Amino acid sequence: MEKQWLKSNKLTLTFILLGAIIFLFIIVPLFRMIFASDPGILRETLFDPEVTKAILLTLWAALIATGIGFVLGVPLAYLLARYEFRGKKIVEGLIDVPIVVPHTAAGIALLFVFGRNFFMGSAFNSVGIQFVDSTAGIVVAMLFVSIPFLIDSAKEGFKKVDVRLEKVARTLGASSWQTFFRISFPLAWRSILSGNIMMWARGISEFGAVIILAYHPMIAPTLIYERFETYGLTYSRPVAVLLILISLIIFVVLRTLVQRGKQR
Amino acid sequence: MIRVRNLWVDLGEFVLKDANIDINHGEYFVILGPTGAGKTVLLESIAGLYPLKEGRIWLNDEEVTKLEPEKRGISIVYQDQMLFPHLSVKDNITFGLRIRKMKPAEIERTLSWLAGLLGIQHLLSRKPDTLSGGEKQKVALARALSVKPRLLLLDEPLSALDPNSREILQRELRSIHEEYRVTTVHVTHDFEEAIALADRVAVIGDGCVQQIGTPEQIFRQPGSEFVARFAMVRNIFRGEVVEGEDGDARFRVDGVNLSVVTGHRGQYHASLRPEDIIVSHAPFPSSARNSFVGRITGIADKGSTLLLTVKVPPDFVCLITRNSFDAMALSIGDTVYLTFKASAVNIF
Repeated sequence: MEKQWLKSNKLTLTFILLGAIIFLFIIVPLFRMIFASDPGILRETLFDPEVTKAILLTLWAALIATGIGFVLGVPLAYLLARYEFRGKKIVEGLIDVPIVVPHTAAGIALLFVFGRNFFMGSAFNSVGIQFVDSTAGIVVAMLFVSIPFLIDSAKEGFKKVDVRLEKVARTLGASSWQTFFRISFPLAWRSILSGNIMMWARGISEFGAVIILAYHPMIAPTLIYERFETYGLTYSRPVAVLLILISLIIFVVLRTLVQRGKQR
Repeated sequence: MIRVRNLWVDLGEFVLKDANIDINHGEYFVILGPTGAGKTVLLESIAGLYPLKEGRIWLNDEEVTKLEPEKRGISIVYQDQMLFPHLSVKDNITFGLRIRKMKPAEIERTLSWLAGLLGIQHLLSRKPDTLSGGEKQKVALARALSVKPRLLLLDEPLSALDPNSREILQRELRSIHEEYRVTTVHVTHDFEEAIALADRVAVIGDGCVQQIGTPEQIFRQPGSEFVARFAMVRNIFRGEVVEGEDGDARFRVDGVNLSVVTGHRGQYHASLRPEDIIVSHAPFPSSARNSFVGRITGIADKGSTLLLTVKVPPDFVCLITRNSFDAMALSIGDTVYLTFKASAVNIF
């Protein structure tokens, strides 16, 4: 039935054609690069300590950024989902600003605040945390550009939880904390989790804001860029392929886990 | 006992003004009002789930106006149940007990008591989204009763159910109440539901409490036009109560004088229930003081009963059974006699 309808419908046919073009546009460059790589060179790159170090640093820094985002972003998402207040639209708009500004500009803005000449930077400096050319700087850059994904996703998740479920829990004797941890949070968990995954992914792929704050220690995107600039395409490609493969594997696994949770 | 004093609820387009309600211990109290009259907000205000603009609430002589909802001992059941979707039926019912860190053996005992009471033993391991509406409502009721509330609030608990499960649950609500006497406030827009369940009824509408009384009082002696319409009295007249030659009161409307029983004189409303009017082909000799002749101008078929509109004038709406209707062979344009007792007319 559905197949026949598909065949006879001109709109659907046109849309399939248009969709196929953009889909190929996404996957062809990725697959071309992966399959054009020499497995030998790829293996060699994998054991290049500079490369492994950069990739692990990327994953690790993005994970820390996601952790900080989780602790600070989920409460904000809950507030935005539950309360109406004057200027709420403005707050919501500002949260999404990191998505629209050029990331190099974001990096410069961060440098201004976290550099030693501003009180925030000097305050952190006095407790031994520096942001220029340090892992902390990488984390801050990743956090800045990726936090909107978590907040937005968690907010949508909390909005879908009927506020009366929380009200019922309160009448049954649960405090507002117990209600949050036993009702609101578990029911919004899937949205929060996929927000976390999106945020981590966005962190891993960040380049612009990171190089302004911390060219060193080198994360994988910076390493790819440096090898491309210094040695050209041939030497930058294996690192790029490796990062793409690792990212793909991680996100396929995570997505499958989220999907499976949904079915249960 | 619950006392609500000078309660103001402000919903923007709707405001409930200065509500005063007293509910006795163990009473089944129904709040009756049209859809959108803010009944849910009224319940949430009592439960502490909605901020009060003004007013005070006492529960068993303890003022709870500013008390956190979890400390009030007031349970609520919503029309659409609001079962926790991520928890099994069992975990839904025992939620409040586990929050209280009750001993597992005691939780089991309460659970099996409630499951038996509501006949839901076979559902305990299911997830809420696999239940029917009636089953969900029973689970929600069990969950609300599990914490042994001082006050049970029911927000249109029967409205979303199919007629069959509705009737079953209505009977169950009544029998559970008769057995355990949990003080209950039940909100509904359904007049018949209110009559069937309530010890007392409060009618709210037009932003205020219109009348509080037993179902019988609301039914027979509506205190305002709003209540009379809501109680489906159908015959509501605006007219003047005057002194008759014999000293008895007469209600004058559209040129006819109804014999009525009242001490009032002046401009009033009169209401008369359609089933209190006897319809006959010939004058009907009886002790009833009111007898009028009129012409049938409308017939509304309600299945086993029919509503006749008879123009005297004014228009009277009379209820007769299908058997009477068929036996009398009535049709539009027929002349009939209407007879009713003076005491059947309610003056307000």
